[in-house]
Amino acid sequence: MSDLTTLTIAEIRDGLAAGRFSALELTQAYLAAMEAARELNAYVVETPDKALGMAAESDARIARGEARSLEGVPLGIKDLFCTEGVHAQAASRILDGFKPVYESTVTGNLWADGAVMLGKLNMDEFAMGSSNETSCYGPVVNPWRSAGSNAPMVPGGSSGGSATAVAARLCAGATGTDTGGSIRQPAAFTGTVGIKPTYGRCSRWGIIAFASSLDQAGPLSRTVRDAAIMLKSMASVDPKDTTSVDQPVPDYEASVGQSVKGLRIGVPREYRIDGMPPEIEALWERGKAWLADAGAEMVDISLPHTKYALPAYYIVAPAEASSNLARYDGVRYGLRVPGDDIVSMYENTRAAGFGKEVKRRVMIGTYVLSAGYYDAYYLRAQKVRALIKRDFETVFADGVDAILTPATPSAAFGVAEKAVASPIEMYLNDIFTVTVNMAGLPGIAVPAGLDDKGLPLALQLIGRPFDEEMLFRTGQVIEDAAGYFVPERWW
Amino acid sequence: MNQAAAKPRTSKLIKGATGDWEIVVGMEVHAQVTSHAKLFSGAPTGFGGAPNDHVSLVDAAMPGMLPVINGECVAQAVRTGLGLDAEINLRSVFDRKNYFYPDLPQGYQISQYKQPIVGEGTVTVDLADGETVTVGIERLHLEQDAGKSIHDQHATMSFVDLNRSGVALMEIVSKPDIRSADQAKAFLTKLRSILRYLGTCDGDMEKGNLRADVNVSVRRPGEPLGTRCEIKNVNSIRFVGQAIDFEARRQVGLIEDGGTVEQETRLFDPGRGETRSMRSKEEAHDYRYFPDPDLLPLEFDQAYVDQLAAGLPELPDARKERFVGAFGLSPYDADVLVAEKENAEYFEAVAEGRDPKIAANWVINELAGRLNREGREIADSPVSTEQLGAIIDLIGEGTISGKIAKDLFEIVWAEGGDPRVVVDERGMKQVTDTGAIEALVDEIIAANPDKARQVREKPAMLGWFVGQVMKASQGKANPQAVNALLKEKLGV
Amino acid sequence: MSVDKDIVKRVARLARIAVSDEEAEALKGELNTILGFVEQLNEVDVTGVEPMTSVVAVEMKKRTDVVTERDQAAKIVANAPVREEHFFVVPKVVE
Repeated sequence: MSDLTTLTIAEIRDGLAAGRFSALELTQAYLAAMEAARELNAYVVETPDKALGMAAESDARIARGEARSLEGVPLGIKDLFCTEGVHAQAASRILDGFKPVYESTVTGNLWADGAVMLGKLNMDEFAMGSSNETSCYGPVVNPWRSAGSNAPMVPGGSSGGSATAVAARLCAGATGTDTGGSIRQPAAFTGTVGIKPTYGRCSRWGIIAFASSLDQAGPLSRTVRDAAIMLKSMASVDPKDTTSVDQPVPDYEASVGQSVKGLRIGVPREYRIDGMPPEIEALWERGKAWLADAGAEMVDISLPHTKYALPAYYIVAPAEASSNLARYDGVRYGLRVPGDDIVSMYENTRAAGFGKEVKRRVMIGTYVLSAGYYDAYYLRAQKVRALIKRDFETVFADGVDAILTPATPSAAFGVAEKAVASPIEMYLNDIFTVTVNMAGLPGIAVPAGLDDKGLPLALQLIGRPFDEEMLFRTGQVIEDAAGYFVPERWW
Repeated sequence: MNQAAAKPRTSKLIKGATGDWEIVVGMEVHAQVTSHAKLFSGAPTGFGGAPNDHVSLVDAAMPGMLPVINGECVAQAVRTGLGLDAEINLRSVFDRKNYFYPDLPQGYQISQYKQPIVGEGTVTVDLADGETVTVGIERLHLEQDAGKSIHDQHATMSFVDLNRSGVALMEIVSKPDIRSADQAKAFLTKLRSILRYLGTCDGDMEKGNLRADVNVSVRRPGEPLGTRCEIKNVNSIRFVGQAIDFEARRQVGLIEDGGTVEQETRLFDPGRGETRSMRSKEEAHDYRYFPDPDLLPLEFDQAYVDQLAAGLPELPDARKERFVGAFGLSPYDADVLVAEKENAEYFEAVAEGRDPKIAANWVINELAGRLNREGREIADSPVSTEQLGAIIDLIGEGTISGKIAKDLFEIVWAEGGDPRVVVDERGMKQVTDTGAIEALVDEIIAANPDKARQVREKPAMLGWFVGQVMKASQGKANPQAVNALLKEKLGV
Repeated sequence: MSVDKDIVKRVARLARIAVSDEEAEALKGELNTILGFVEQLNEVDVTGVEPMTSVVAVEMKKRTDVVTERDQAAKIVANAPVREEHFFVVPKVVE
């Protein structure tokens, strides 16, 4: 039998149903792969006992003919998700030792559908970062390397552990979260598929919050179809999340492979930024050609406020984060560093518990909300945000079915390469993805090729609210044309 | 109508060494919403409970927890707004008020800052001296209560109990329309009464379910507002009065001695009857309010408001009007009866099918007086509405005299029982048998020939004879019959 | 608008993060870079634009007034760094 870890979720489903292998064998194969790949630093906690128990249960179910939609599928879970009785620290020291007594809605949905938990995945601390270098567990290493070099590359962030684990075959699929690009950018850097669903599609309950109005959970997977299968399970209407939207979850897989003939695909001119590398330009052109060849119509569109999305994001997200992270005070859970009085206990705890990037953003957020600055910063940013959303609404109202853009302005870069750069340079990684969060829309990153150094590049498709089906449909066209991208194993 | 604001009565002014001063008071009242569960979680709101037993994962601000609003708390706030004759805002917004404190687990309080659920309204307050004052309501908003830090369990540590954390509060803000401690007390009394009628807050000040922050300033009559001090968390109506009196005199004294009033937060010390400065915070508060991104704007339509309005109970003002109009009670008696919902309901049950004035008299004088002496509430009155009604009926029927009725009331209070049975068993019925009364009358006249002569010139002496006959009958003779026979026999 | 070291320290105090002089100096530069970057929002004409208050335009869902969670103090304090029976314990707070 070939290596079970090469199978897609769809293939696992068929193989288990046909009895070609057991869930236990599959899980064991993954546990072995994880053990052999520790230098990638993708997992922060492995849960082999739990995995084997769940796999045994899956085999029993399959034997009884009671297999569920993700029966026996081994998944990795981003450390941002609370998982009952298991580690959940958001890759932050401040949550040192925290073991939630509850299970997030999204992971609960996955387990209810039969998925198997392999462990918790590394990430940028509190999901703040674009390279997975802000984790208290150290950076995650991308399984991809530049041709002819052994230098470690970043997998992107913040769902860097998820992206690496999927690309390196350390899980069949993984959960991620995306606040400004944290699923799509690492997916792009690792040759995997990542979708950020519409805001409100997946419950945020039990997911450690970064920026409440932007955070959305979504899957990272090897194929568009696998992403559709996973999202079907992850998405739900949750009475415990006020912002979860009361809309039935469609059968996303059914849209995979549907024709795109006659669809109108918008190509926004504002995404053609100054200094865009020619290979990104070329990639975008190829994407247009693939969709056109499949029968879609390419339409030039304008999203005039695009360039303001990133600055507005760097007001809104830190502002919300500064408030969301106020609960980490050393009183009820996590790290406590003593002090002379309550205030110094708070200050010491938070100084020791938060890393640099988190502190920076909490500080910015605190500043922009503070007396006298609210109108100039936060209120203005929320108005700009309304304009960004309106740009998209106008385009969709004009009959555009989906929008095609590059996913990132570059391929993966080296670990520590941007350590000395200004924070802005790192933030620019999200320039194509962040508009989607600001407008609450669904967006998918699909691998579309390799750059001249052999590193993966991806295209992004953006859809109407709650039209993830359109993204799976158009995304499959890209995948069909571009093929799959698997890193050569060196670890 | 706002006499207080327009033309201060001179009696409300306080005399300083250099002339008259006017007190200006505004209040922020925190009223715990009556609900089973908390504002944004499914934890119970009940008082007491073992430490951290009434706490949900949301209240403890566990990572990833999200608030979902309790619909009943919204309804309660709207009902209260309607009861305050206030504007109901069909769209309001919850904001986060950010600050660090151990009993504030989220690091912010969810409150309503710029767009509250209820806007401007009014409360009409009747004072004991007959004056009526209209106090404007600025706004009412919903917010979360904080937990409790307990400081006396350990020398260097505080213990934190989150049972109250997240309980729904209504903050009701008055306009600075109040001009004296008496008005402030009357306002709070009236507000409490309205809340209790509505069933939106139980008004229990001892448990802290209703508490007031009192803003006090002084000025020369007609001058602009002075600098105010906020007296925090005053938890009894009496203390509100004491705190205002003390604080106003303190401020007048300060200004007259050439000083200035600092805007600050003060605490009322009931033991000493004075206010004192809270250790001034080392830094100014900067709450960094912004709309809570975990929630959506709170929106409803007028039909929802109308439906709640249709379900409102009769409120104190309307009930008072009815007691005066339909029952013919004096405004004073009506006021006394409606102030507490339970008293008004008790009275109405007793008055049902009886003379309302007699019922009012019994409830206000006999029953309330007796309850007061024993420090009891009408809810646990030993004499039920049926029992009191029966006593009044026995008087009306002429079965017992008014005097015997008071004895009967005491017996029923102490021992219980059906008043009719008690009267029978104890032979308390008044004697209406004219023969028996006549015999007593004859006996008394015969024994007092001098007085019988005098009474013809001084008819007022008739009362003495009545008294003698009643005494001889041990109070059971029908006084009307005694009166009539005496008049006849004495030729008065 | 740019921040100086005093403002950095004041903001750090507000955010309850202890910062050394050295850190404050570094943060000053970073914050000014970010504030400079977001300055470009001033180019946008936002006259008459309503700020975004919710990403999804739906009626806010409400819970019914039913108690669903109680008597779980042990769970609530399970992760507390310091506790005394079922209380959280903090350095004494002076009122």
